[in-house]
Amino acid sequence: MDKEQDSKNILDEATGGEYKYGFVTDIDTHVIPKGLDEDVVRYISSIKGEPEWLLDFRLKAYRHWQKMEMPHWAHLDIPPIDFNAISYYAAPKKKEGPKSMDDVDPELRKTFDKLGISLEEQMRLSGVAVDAVMDSVSVKTTYKERLAELGVIFCSISEAVRDYPDLVKKYLGTVVPYTDNFYAALNSAVFSDGSFVYIPKGVRCPMELSTYFRINAADTGQFERTLIVADDDAYVSYLEGCTAPMRDENQLHAAIVEIVVEDRAMVKYSTVQNWYPGDKDGKGGIYNFVTKRGLCRGDFSKLSWTQVETGSAITWKYPSCVLAGDNSVGEFYSVALTNNFQQADTGTKMIHLGKNTRSTIVSKGISAGHSQNSYRGLVRVAPKAANSRNYTQCDSLLLSDTSGAHTFPYIDVRNDSSVVEHEATTSKINEEQIFYCNQRGISTEDAIGLIVNGYAKEVLTKLPMEFAVEAQKLLQVSLEGSIG
Amino acid sequence: MSAINQYTDLYRQFGRRIDAASSPVLNALRQAALAALDGRRLPAKGDENYEVSDLEALYAPDYGLNIDRLDVAADTDEPFRCDVPNLSTSLYYIFNDMYHGSGFTSGTLPEGVMVSSLRNADEAASKIIGKYYGSIAPIDDPQVALNTLLAQDGILVYVPARTVVEKPIQLVNLLRAAGPLMTNRRILVVVEAGAQAKMLVCDHTQTADVDFLNTQVVEIYVGEGATFDYYDLEEASGHTHRVSSLWARQEAGSNLLINGITLMNGTTRNDYHIDINGERAETQLLGMAIGSGSQHIDNHTYIGHNVGYCHSNELFKYVLDDDAVGAFTGKILVAPGSPRTEAYQSNRNICASDRARMHTKPQLEIYTDDVKCGHGATVGQLDEEAMFYMQTRGISCHEARTLLMQAFMSDVIDGVRLEALRDRLRHLVEKRFAGTLAQCRSCTAAQACHAKIKK
Repeated sequence: MDKEQDSKNILDEATGGEYKYGFVTDIDTHVIPKGLDEDVVRYISSIKGEPEWLLDFRLKAYRHWQKMEMPHWAHLDIPPIDFNAISYYAAPKKKEGPKSMDDVDPELRKTFDKLGISLEEQMRLSGVAVDAVMDSVSVKTTYKERLAELGVIFCSISEAVRDYPDLVKKYLGTVVPYTDNFYAALNSAVFSDGSFVYIPKGVRCPMELSTYFRINAADTGQFERTLIVADDDAYVSYLEGCTAPMRDENQLHAAIVEIVVEDRAMVKYSTVQNWYPGDKDGKGGIYNFVTKRGLCRGDFSKLSWTQVETGSAITWKYPSCVLAGDNSVGEFYSVALTNNFQQADTGTKMIHLGKNTRSTIVSKGISAGHSQNSYRGLVRVAPKAANSRNYTQCDSLLLSDTSGAHTFPYIDVRNDSSVVEHEATTSKINEEQIFYCNQRGISTEDAIGLIVNGYAKEVLTKLPMEFAVEAQKLLQVSLEGSIG
Repeated sequence: MSAINQYTDLYRQFGRRIDAASSPVLNALRQAALAALDGRRLPAKGDENYEVSDLEALYAPDYGLNIDRLDVAADTDEPFRCDVPNLSTSLYYIFNDMYHGSGFTSGTLPEGVMVSSLRNADEAASKIIGKYYGSIAPIDDPQVALNTLLAQDGILVYVPARTVVEKPIQLVNLLRAAGPLMTNRRILVVVEAGAQAKMLVCDHTQTADVDFLNTQVVEIYVGEGATFDYYDLEEASGHTHRVSSLWARQEAGSNLLINGITLMNGTTRNDYHIDINGERAETQLLGMAIGSGSQHIDNHTYIGHNVGYCHSNELFKYVLDDDAVGAFTGKILVAPGSPRTEAYQSNRNICASDRARMHTKPQLEIYTDDVKCGHGATVGQLDEEAMFYMQTRGISCHEARTLLMQAFMSDVIDGVRLEALRDRLRHLVEKRFAGTLAQCRSCTAAQACHAKIKK
């Protein structure tokens, strides 16, 4: 009994880690009044000095959004959101553009220091270019010049609209149209900023491109928009990492990520998401309603999503691959950890349209506390997608008897030459394994750590090196205590 | 405007005649059904769990209803493919949706066992019908409510406590009409504590070119420690649309086997809803469908583990050819505080033509941690290497294909707990794949057998 109690305590302790990155940076922010109407959309467009076609795009999206209703099909309990109680634009007030690190707002630099991603260090040591998005407008982009030599464009969307309007116009909204869903429409109307990446033909991007998002000003929703285009034979690995300050009021985040992959190109998109999940009683936390989709347009193209999800009070996110090109490949590797009162409904969609297309889905869910963790995935094989192949594996690990783990796979096959497999298991953390570790002199807490780490390893190893370290850290923070 | 309205209007207009040709126990729930249908619509394509089936469209045509219970001249002499050689059963008929009593019952049922019409039930049977009718299938489900509103007859199978019915009870449903007809039948099975029984239900259509909408609600109560097997074989016509909704409740230590087989049909939508309410109960839910032409087979299952220490196993297999459409949506729910639950769900499918389409969605919803649950789904083809190997051994391509498909289906057939029925099913599946089911030769033998018994 003691032993049982003991292991329960350890589990409680292990899953009770308080959010480490909860702090508010006191930066002078430019916030427009709360509420949303056409004027707000026009205002956002005008302060960003956007061309007419983009304003049209926003207005069309806004008008369409007004006709839509919030989706309720997900296995989530979403409190009503008052979209008029949100301020739709917040930008750090512009001083003279920073020329060197010394010119960067000291408060902002402190934020990065607290996150352990000091720009200088990153610039010097890891060679990762960082496009840091603080609230909504990009403040600092590094390594731009080196990338420019190769013709790689890596900048904020606003800059891209100004400098490369034809490129943006050609690709914006082609993968995620503004009519796609409620949150995509909202984002299309009010998106503030985000990253734009263009890798020209035959270029292998020499470094991992990375953006750190931080939601900063209280009460502002953040509406990022990322657009990545890999032209023929190009390669890029893109990292997205998120940490958010602790807040009591819920914050809404409705981002869009669009990826276009041309012939023989490859894009690897990795995410570590650690937004404020709310406190132990489920108070506060970020609502993360994201639309992420990649279009493998070219033959032999490949898109790989890897995500480690530990944060957010509510996650609604399905990074998808549309495999339109023949022989194209889609991959999805995910670890989703929910604790306390977090809710996650996440998974992927693999739409096989081209011949000989292949997709792999590996999803690992970990539920602790009172959380609800759902995998929802769609695999669709179109009649013309001959010889397509899909393999799906989604496992759930339950760490408490009050948590829930659910699996909702949708499989739709419309031809006779494709093979689709789905496998899922749900079980409790294995007591025999813990016992075995104990026998070998490994304490229960270390054993649980080992088991959870081992369980997620298959996905963690898919992350780029730098990120894998942070991902493991985040898992540890979320399962903090003595888990090693 | 929902398709429901024409039926509620019909009841409002002719309710008295419907009630008059039914029994008080069935009439008792009609007002509640009417209220439940108020302002509702039927599930349509695109609704969750109805990805390929559109019930609104299925119920929309103007079917005739035999509300006055006029006699039908159904032909019991016609051979039935579900006849099982070497298996003697207690045989009952339902013509369209009218109970026709015992046909060729050889021997008598054990004492206390009742098989009765829901319409013309004696006092004892009425008491049981009154107690269980509508208590397992919830009236707020629109399919159940519609059936409850219109059903005038059906069958009751009652097995009292600690009684073992050795001989399987066989129910043959025959559809026969001159014009489009809607039939609403009801099956109520009560197996009391410690009792054991087996039931085989077969669906046939005698007028193959007439449109039928055949709705069915089955309620099954399996008492403490009771064992019940339910085999449901559908072998109808391409014009028969079937909407069946089975609701079962299991008590502690009970053992329930349900095996739904679709060999030939038009459109089929089967709902299986099993609630496990007592500890240490076991559930086997098996299903199989062979589709060709423009057959449409949609199975939806729900197994609710509401208490701990129970075991459920679910397996559905489909082979789809030509333009056949198959769908499987299954859910296993493990409620909070249901420790030591073991639940497995599997759906395996073969698409044998490039126009066949399979939609599958096996789901798990788990709210407790001490469980072992798994599910799997595959959609694929026959193994090319096995095909090649058999051809090198002189087995023709066609034969090899049939052999492999039979082998594929065998684990569902193996789940049948009656040897004679298992053999017969194997034979039927073989015939079905060979494409000769429609002119089943062995039936001549069965016919001769029938004639003998009748004499």
